[in-house]
Amino acid sequence: MGPGGFATRSWARVFDLVRRDVDAGPADDAGSGEAVRAGQAECEEQVDDETLTRALAADLDGTFEALVRAYQDRLYAFGLRLTGSPRDAEEIAQDAFVRAYRALGRYPAERVETLKLRAWLFQVTVNVARNRARTRRPAEVPLLATDGTYEGLADRPDDDAEQPEQVAERQDEQDRVAAVVATLPERYRAAVVLRHIQGLSYQEIAVVLGQPAGTVKSNVHRGVAYLRAALDAAGLSIGTADLAAGRA
Amino acid sequence: MSANVDRTRDLASARALHRRLRRLGEATAPAGVLGAVLDELGLAERYLSLESPIGTLYVAFNGGRISGVAPAADDAAFERTYRARTGRSARRAEEAPSGLLSAIRRHLAGETVDLDLDLRQLSEFERAVLLKAREIPRGEVRPYGWIAREIGRPGAVRAVGSALNKNPVPLLIPCHRVVKSDGQLGEYAFGPSLKRQLLASEGLDLGRIDALAQAGIRFVADLAGDEYCLPTCRWVRDKAPSEVRWLPSVAAARAAGYRPCSDCRPAAIAV
Repeated sequence: MGPGGFATRSWARVFDLVRRDVDAGPADDAGSGEAVRAGQAECEEQVDDETLTRALAADLDGTFEALVRAYQDRLYAFGLRLTGSPRDAEEIAQDAFVRAYRALGRYPAERVETLKLRAWLFQVTVNVARNRARTRRPAEVPLLATDGTYEGLADRPDDDAEQPEQVAERQDEQDRVAAVVATLPERYRAAVVLRHIQGLSYQEIAVVLGQPAGTVKSNVHRGVAYLRAALDAAGLSIGTADLAAGRA
Repeated sequence: MSANVDRTRDLASARALHRRLRRLGEATAPAGVLGAVLDELGLAERYLSLESPIGTLYVAFNGGRISGVAPAADDAAFERTYRARTGRSARRAEEAPSGLLSAIRRHLAGETVDLDLDLRQLSEFERAVLLKAREIPRGEVRPYGWIAREIGRPGAVRAVGSALNKNPVPLLIPCHRVVKSDGQLGEYAFGPSLKRQLLASEGLDLGRIDALAQAGIRFVADLAGDEYCLPTCRWVRDKAPSEVRWLPSVAAARAAGYRPCSDCRPAAIAV
């Protein structure tokens, strides 16, 4: 293994990966301009945060793309739930990565190596989102995209194939839940999104938001109570169907 | 009793809410995010292609530094290969950095050109192996064991083979000029037939190499001199059979009173 930690592959291994990738079917987009996502399915080996920070410390430029690939969906989803706007979420994610790169370039290698990467990246993203919110009038923050959809929503990997109308129904309900989340007061929203949508621990959220863990915990609880009430008010209360589904 | 029912219902409803919220985390970033970030940071890698003795050759670069070379059938195939090898993506360049293409062409034609190669992702050992392979002149070959000995790791012959298989810039670092110590051409990352093709294009007499390997000849001494050489060493490769002495081993060369050539340094490769 090279100092980069994971990027040194033999040609034998490369051809093996490419073969598996080609066998898996055509890449979703063929144009060379979209090379960025080509061959992603199999060539992508899951990289954990520790491997990433070690590689970033050794070779920031050579590793940064792997970091973006590992985190782009999460930071985008985070921005999407904070702002309710796909366009804002895209800009927030991009901005966060650019800032993260510049910060990593300034840090000494030991600091990069021991970085709690996930919490740190969410922290950078929160700061970007807050700075943007501060510089624009609240009325301009849309809760939903103009066409009422969230283009960025990925289909849930379907275990038991759903009927199209069920998917549509769920998608629609999901959009409405998302819209309700976006109405949460700011002090609760980030905490609830980080805890229940991104799945961070209270300790991590405390780092991300720069608050004591106790404050985070109580904000999450209040936020969830608020959310339940708001879902009820929107006619999206957790009803008997959900209860049945919960037992299934 | 009724408290239990309430509790069960609360738990189930908490789980249902949790499930709904987790689903909101399943968004996929738009395809443009990665490209936009890399462009803004100047990290985007580009590639171009040129014709070579083994077909279309793709060259990826980052700034003026060459970060990858591979033969490929088309752009998509190279992009897949590059990504699988480096974990990074490269896109076709609008135009080549000035001088890069002609430098590569001159290099492939046998001129000595100082190309800036990106070998950062390799270990020190791997780098040492590749830099040593870079010293092998066009039209000549050296055994794996020769590299191992020259970099001070005579026991690491197999590791030399693995390191050569990681060569990020084949052809520019001529790992195809490294062969087995018995004179067989051996393996190549892109297949043994491409290796033959490449070596032939560099003027190597493959018929002679094969015949010597088959006859068990490992060294050649010029009858007019007192040194013995590897068979492709420039001092002996063009000699007529009547001008040389064929030698099966270092021991035989020593016994005949020859000393190792100081150019191809054949000693100790196969005692």
